[in-house]
Amino acid sequence: MKFGVVIFPGSNCDHDMIYVLEKIFKQEVVKLWHKDTDLHACDFIVLPGGFSYGDYLRSGAIARFSPIMKEVVKFAQKGGYLMGICNGFQILCETGLLPGALLHNNNQQFICKNVYIRSETTDSLLTKGYPLSKPLKIPIAHGEGRYFAPDDVVKKLNDDDGILFTYCDENGKITPEANPNGSLLNIAGVTNKKRNVFGMMPHPERAADEELHNTDGKNIFSSIIDSF
Amino acid sequence: MQNKVQEYTTLDDALKLGLREEEYEKIKEILGRTPNFTELSMYSVMWSEHCSYKNSIVWLKTLPKDGPHMLAKAGEENAGLVDIGEGRACCFKIESHNHPSALEPYQGAATGVGGINRDIFTMGARPVAQLNSLRFGDIKHNKTKWLLKGVVKGIGDYGNAFGVPVVGGEVYFDSCYNTNPLVNAMSAGIVRKGRTLSAISYGEGNPVYIVGSSTGKDGIHGATFASADLDENSADDIPSVQVGDPFQEKLLLEATLEIAKTDAVIGMQDMGAAGIICSTSEMSAKGEHGMDINLDKVPLRQPNMQPFEILLSESQERMLVIIKKGREKEVEAIFDKWDLNCVQIGVVTKGNMLNFYWHGERVGQVPASSLVLGGGAPVYLREYKEPDSFKKLKSFDISQVRLPKDLKKVAYALLENLNIASKRWVIEQYDTMVGTKNMQTNKPSDAAVVNVKGTDKALVLTVDCNSRYVAADPYTGTMIAVAEAARNIVCSGGEPSAITNCLNFGNPYNPEVYWQFVGAIKGMATACKKFKTPVTGGNVSFYNQTNIKGKIEPVYPTPTIGMLGVMDKKEWHTSLAFRKPNDLIYLLGKSVNDINSSEYLYSFHKIKKSPAPYISLREEMLLHSLVKNLIRNKLLVSCHDVSEGGLFVALFESAMPNMLGFTIDTDAKIRKDAFLFGEAQGRAVVSIDPEDAEEFVEHLALSGISYTRLGHVTKKRINVDNESFGSINKLADIYQNALQNHLKE
Repeated sequence: MKFGVVIFPGSNCDHDMIYVLEKIFKQEVVKLWHKDTDLHACDFIVLPGGFSYGDYLRSGAIARFSPIMKEVVKFAQKGGYLMGICNGFQILCETGLLPGALLHNNNQQFICKNVYIRSETTDSLLTKGYPLSKPLKIPIAHGEGRYFAPDDVVKKLNDDDGILFTYCDENGKITPEANPNGSLLNIAGVTNKKRNVFGMMPHPERAADEELHNTDGKNIFSSIIDSF
Repeated sequence: MQNKVQEYTTLDDALKLGLREEEYEKIKEILGRTPNFTELSMYSVMWSEHCSYKNSIVWLKTLPKDGPHMLAKAGEENAGLVDIGEGRACCFKIESHNHPSALEPYQGAATGVGGINRDIFTMGARPVAQLNSLRFGDIKHNKTKWLLKGVVKGIGDYGNAFGVPVVGGEVYFDSCYNTNPLVNAMSAGIVRKGRTLSAISYGEGNPVYIVGSSTGKDGIHGATFASADLDENSADDIPSVQVGDPFQEKLLLEATLEIAKTDAVIGMQDMGAAGIICSTSEMSAKGEHGMDINLDKVPLRQPNMQPFEILLSESQERMLVIIKKGREKEVEAIFDKWDLNCVQIGVVTKGNMLNFYWHGERVGQVPASSLVLGGGAPVYLREYKEPDSFKKLKSFDISQVRLPKDLKKVAYALLENLNIASKRWVIEQYDTMVGTKNMQTNKPSDAAVVNVKGTDKALVLTVDCNSRYVAADPYTGTMIAVAEAARNIVCSGGEPSAITNCLNFGNPYNPEVYWQFVGAIKGMATACKKFKTPVTGGNVSFYNQTNIKGKIEPVYPTPTIGMLGVMDKKEWHTSLAFRKPNDLIYLLGKSVNDINSSEYLYSFHKIKKSPAPYISLREEMLLHSLVKNLIRNKLLVSCHDVSEGGLFVALFESAMPNMLGFTIDTDAKIRKDAFLFGEAQGRAVVSIDPEDAEEFVEHLALSGISYTRLGHVTKKRINVDNESFGSINKLADIYQNALQNHLKE
C-alpha cells in the first residue's frame, strides 16, 4: 500500500506514524508537505497528531485552509481513504468530513496516559481484522478530546453505524470511569457514512513497536493493510 | 529625540543596573572612557551572576571534566556532548528558571522548557527527552497550589506542542520553597557524531543573521533580575519575564536541523539570557573576531524600541547564525520554507571589537572578550563559614527518638506524604510518549529509558537531589545526590556516563550560604570521580531566597544532578515492578540503624534537624557492580533502589504497577522503624524467579556486599513480620490520590 502522511509545520507525531508504517509494516510512505498540492497517487492518507499551526485559536481550525487540505478533502469526497489521529481527527471534524466536535477535556487539563478502547463495528478498514469489542491498550495525549455532537447528529451517527471506537475498561466494559475526557457515549473514534474517512483520538502508532512493550495498536494497522 | 542614547553614565546608574562600584571602575578601565548607557547595560547583563558565573566559576573549575566519552567539555558549547557509540552523540543539559516561575509560573516554566531545548538543537541535535526537577512550598498554601498548577501547565503546554516527551523528573514540597519555587528543566538530544554545530563566529565578511521570532520588550534585564534576591517588590519586574511560543520553537527546531545538514553555517547560538548581546559577544570572543551589527535591521515586535532594549531583549525562539559568505540564499530558502524571519543584521570583522549601529550612528563599541566569562568578566573568591549549628547536628542519635507503637500508621502516613505519593496528577499533564522512544511507559524503571531507534542502545536519564540531605550536610548530601542518580541508572540496566548540574542556592554574599555551595561542589567532585561521571556543565542559580518583611529565608541548598547513562543492549532494561506471586524478594546492601534526615523522621516525628543519612561510596560502588552483573546474567525480575520513605516504600512501589502484594520479615538486629523507613544509601530491592535462586545467591556471595532475604511477592496482601499492613488496593488508593485530593477544591 502507498500511504501519504501530511506534515503541517506543527505536526509532531508525523515521524512516529512514518516510523510505524515504513519500518514496522514495511509500507511505502510519501510525506505530503502542507504547502504542496500533489497527493502522489497515495492509497491512504493520514493526518498525524500535533499542533498543526500552533492551534492557539482552536485545534485544527486553521489547518483546513492549507493548500494540501483542499486536495485531501477532494480526495476523500471522491471516496479516497483518509484517517486522522488526535489533531488529525480534530481537523477532520473542522472540515466537516466527520460529524461532531472535540472539546476541552472535562477536567480542563491535557491528559496523556494508556487507556483501553474497543471497536464498535467490524464494518471498517480499521476494525475488520480482529474480534469485535476486543479491548486494546492504546495511549491518549490531548487537551481537546471530548467528543461531542448534537442529538440529531448522534442519532445519524448511530444509524450509520459510525461509531468506530469507545473508551472501555481492561475487560471491555464501557463505564464512566473508563471515559478519560468526558466524551459523549465514551466515543473515541468515528467514521463517515461512506466509511472511507476515519478519526480517532487515541494514538495507535504509539502502541505498535515491540521495543516499547505494547503492540495493541498493531491490530489497527494490520487490519488496514490486510483488508485494503 | 526619542531614541537618543544617554551619552554619559554615573556610578549611580551602574548601581541601579545591579553592578558594583569596582565593576563600574573596571568597565571604565577597559573602555578607557566612561561607558554610555547602552554599553553599561551590556556589561550589567553580561557580568550578572547568571551570565558570568563570577561568584562560582573558581569552584566550578574544580569539578572533574574529563571522561573517555566526552566530545565537548563544560563551558565549551551550549551543552555537554557525550559519545554514545554507533556514530551517535548525546547532547544534554539542565537549567533553572526559578525567578521567572516565582512571579509568573506559567510563562516562567514554559520559557524554561523552550530555553533548554534551544540549547540542545542549536548544536544540531534533535531533542528526544525532557526531564524536570520541581520544588514547591507547603501545599496547604493557596500560593503553592497556584504555582504548582501554573508551572505544570506551562511545562505541559510548551513541551506537548513542541513535541518532545517528558520522560522523568521529581517534585518535592517543603516550606523553604514557599515563595521561591525551583523549576529546573533538562533536555537531551541525539546527533550524528561530527555533525554538530558550534557556537562560534569567525571569517571576516561572513554575514551575521538573526532568525526566528521578532524581538520585543520582554525579558529586558532578565539576567540581572535572575541575579538578585526575590522580595515583595519583585512582582513589579513582570516585564522581566519572557513569553513563550512553542509553535515558533517547533519551526525553529526543524529549520535549524535542516541548515545543520548543509555546510553553509559557521556557527550558531540561541538567544536566551541577555539576548543579542550575549550571543554576539560569546560567539565573537570564542572565534576571536569582531562584529558590526545594525540594530535597526532586527525585526521588531513593537515600535519605539531603543538600542539597549533590542540588545538586551530576551524574546524567545531566536538564534544568531553566522553563514559562509555566498551561501546566504540557501539558508534563507530553508527559513522561508518554515515561514521564519531570517535577516542579515551585520558582518564578522577582524579584531575583537563589537560595534553596534542604529541608523548609521554608532551607539556602542566594546571588546567582545571583555564581556564574557574567561575574558573580562570579573571573578570573585567569596568568603565562606561553617554555621555553628552544623557541629551541633552531629550529636543527634536515633535513641533520642521513640519507636512508634503502630508502624502501619507510619506506613500509611508516608504513602500519603506528598514527597512520596504518586505524582500522577503532574505527569499525566505532560506528553510522555510523543516520539515513541519512551521505553518506560509500559515497563517502569528507576530511571528513564529512551530508545535510540536503529541501534541496540538506549539512553538512561535521571534527575535527583534530596535537598534536605544537602541542607543537613552539603558535602555528604551532594555526594548522595550523585550516588542516587547513578544507582537509578544502574538499577534500570544502564551504565552511568556523565552529569549536568543545576546549582540552586541562596545569596552567595552570605558566607554560610557560600559554605553550602563550596561543600556541595566538593561532595559532587568526590562522587563524580568515584563513579567516573564527569560534569559536562549546567547552570548556577543564586539568590533563591525571599526577603519577607526584613527576614531572609533561603531555600535548601539544591544541587540538582541530571545524569546520563548508556544502555548498550536494550534487553538489559530492568523494570522496578514485581511480576508474579511467589517470586523471592531480596534487599541488596547493608541495613543500618539510621533514620537521619528521613521523611519519616522529618514528617512523622517532626524532627527537622538531623545529619545526612548513611552513605559509603565504596559500598555503593560494590552494589552497582553487583546489580550490573545480575542484570547482564538475566537473574533479576525487578530492581528498585531504596530512597525516600525507605525500604517499605520501595517495596510498595515495586508491588503497585502490577497490583501485587508482599510478605517480608524485618531484621531483629536493626530497629524496626530504621529497617522499614530509614533512608540509608547504597541499597536496592530486587525480586527473582525462585528457579534462579541458587545461581543468584552464588553471585551475592561473591560480591562482598551485605544482603537480606526479605520474603516473597504475594497476590494482594502486604505483611510485615506476619502483621497485616492491608491489601495493595488500599495502599495504592492512598498513594495514588494524595496529591489530587489536595488540589481538588
